[in-house]
Amino acid sequence: MSTWDRFVETFFNAKVMVKYLPDILSGMVVTIELAVLIVLSGLFAGLVLALLRALAIRPLNWLIIFVVDLFRSLPPLVIIVLIYFGLPAAGVSPSGFVSTWLSLAFVLMAFSEEIFWAGITSIPKGQWEASRSTGLSFGQTLINVVLPQALRLTIPPLTNRTIAITKGTALGTVVAVAEILGQASSAVSNSYNPSPLMMGAAAYLVLFLPVVVAARWIETKFAWKR
Amino acid sequence: MIESFFNPEIIAAIWPIVLAGLLNTVLLSLIVVPLGLLGGLILALLATVHHPLVRWPLMAWVDFFRAFPPLVLLVLLFAGLPFAGLELGGFACVAIAFFLNTGAYYGEILRAGIDSVPAGQVEAGRSTGLSRLQAMTYIVLPQAVRNVLPDLMSNTLEVVKLTSLGSVVAVPELLFQARQAQSLTYNATPIVLAAIIYFLLLWPLVRLLSRLENRALAGRR
Repeated sequence: MSTWDRFVETFFNAKVMVKYLPDILSGMVVTIELAVLIVLSGLFAGLVLALLRALAIRPLNWLIIFVVDLFRSLPPLVIIVLIYFGLPAAGVSPSGFVSTWLSLAFVLMAFSEEIFWAGITSIPKGQWEASRSTGLSFGQTLINVVLPQALRLTIPPLTNRTIAITKGTALGTVVAVAEILGQASSAVSNSYNPSPLMMGAAAYLVLFLPVVVAARWIETKFAWKR
Repeated sequence: MIESFFNPEIIAAIWPIVLAGLLNTVLLSLIVVPLGLLGGLILALLATVHHPLVRWPLMAWVDFFRAFPPLVLLVLLFAGLPFAGLELGGFACVAIAFFLNTGAYYGEILRAGIDSVPAGQVEAGRSTGLSRLQAMTYIVLPQAVRNVLPDLMSNTLEVVKLTSLGSVVAVPELLFQARQAQSLTYNATPIVLAAIIYFLLLWPLVRLLSRLENRALAGRR
């Protein structure tokens, strides 16, 4: 057996790959579920916080800024571990899936609030005054005048952040979520062969490469004109 | 509640373990941040070569690491390489994974910085007799770094946070030490303590960044 054959036999073992393909596929489903939940809830919560901040209620804004800063400074893995291993002491025992979802949704909420807020503040005051003087309410001005412009501005930084945080679903493996990495790791220890890990790596590329390429396209399409 | 999250007796007992972790997190950051910057600088300098044979592989390289979770890369090195007869240990795996992964991110930022310096400046520098390398080192790079400083800092924040992945491959950094202490005491206090330390360590940087970012986005219209 040549070195190359041995290499293929070890890292791309067909028998092992066929055996564990269903596991990896089910891991992909879990990863997709997690990712979709995180993106939807994280971006929604971030937008809500940014809109609340636009109301300019002092104590509320301080609270929002603190929460945002908190989730920007804590490593996502620390938040996951804290929720999964810490909360049971307070009588709540979230599953690994829920812990990962909540943690990464909080992180995305924090980062997207910052970006949404920066977008909102970038709209000149004159536009607020102009639309208020034409008889639009505060809410109407925010929704119909300010947000459409602000959102366009936030799309490039937002897509980058969202991808970076969504990739964090792999962290779920630390709290026993059966997503791609978790499935691949347990398959490696069951088969004593690294091929499932290679499949897992490929699975991540299949899921995330199209998103990254699409993000690149979005980035150039919505790029700021300098 | 206080008993299980801020237990003073446990804090007193496990303080040295967590402190050792903090020290290792700082040391690890001092190693992986320059490594990532070095990787990024290499990529950004390669990107100044406007040849399709350089450009396309480079784009593919960067996109690959933007799509690939750093933890998967780390596990691949840590659990995969031994099958090829190469046992590197957790620390070396972290260093390699960070060089590759964060290098790709730093590279994109530095590339944007280099692009932001007008070409006329290089031409002017070259015409006064500076070599290509001199023009890059003395004219382009200082301005490039200044132009993208907020992005560089923001990525550095992410890199420091990412060192917590070391805990998965048994590098005794802050999170790993806290989890050790937690399993010794059956109490969540050590992890809460670690979280507080991370927060105190990184909050000043987050505050500074949020000011810079607000200004940058507002100024870009």
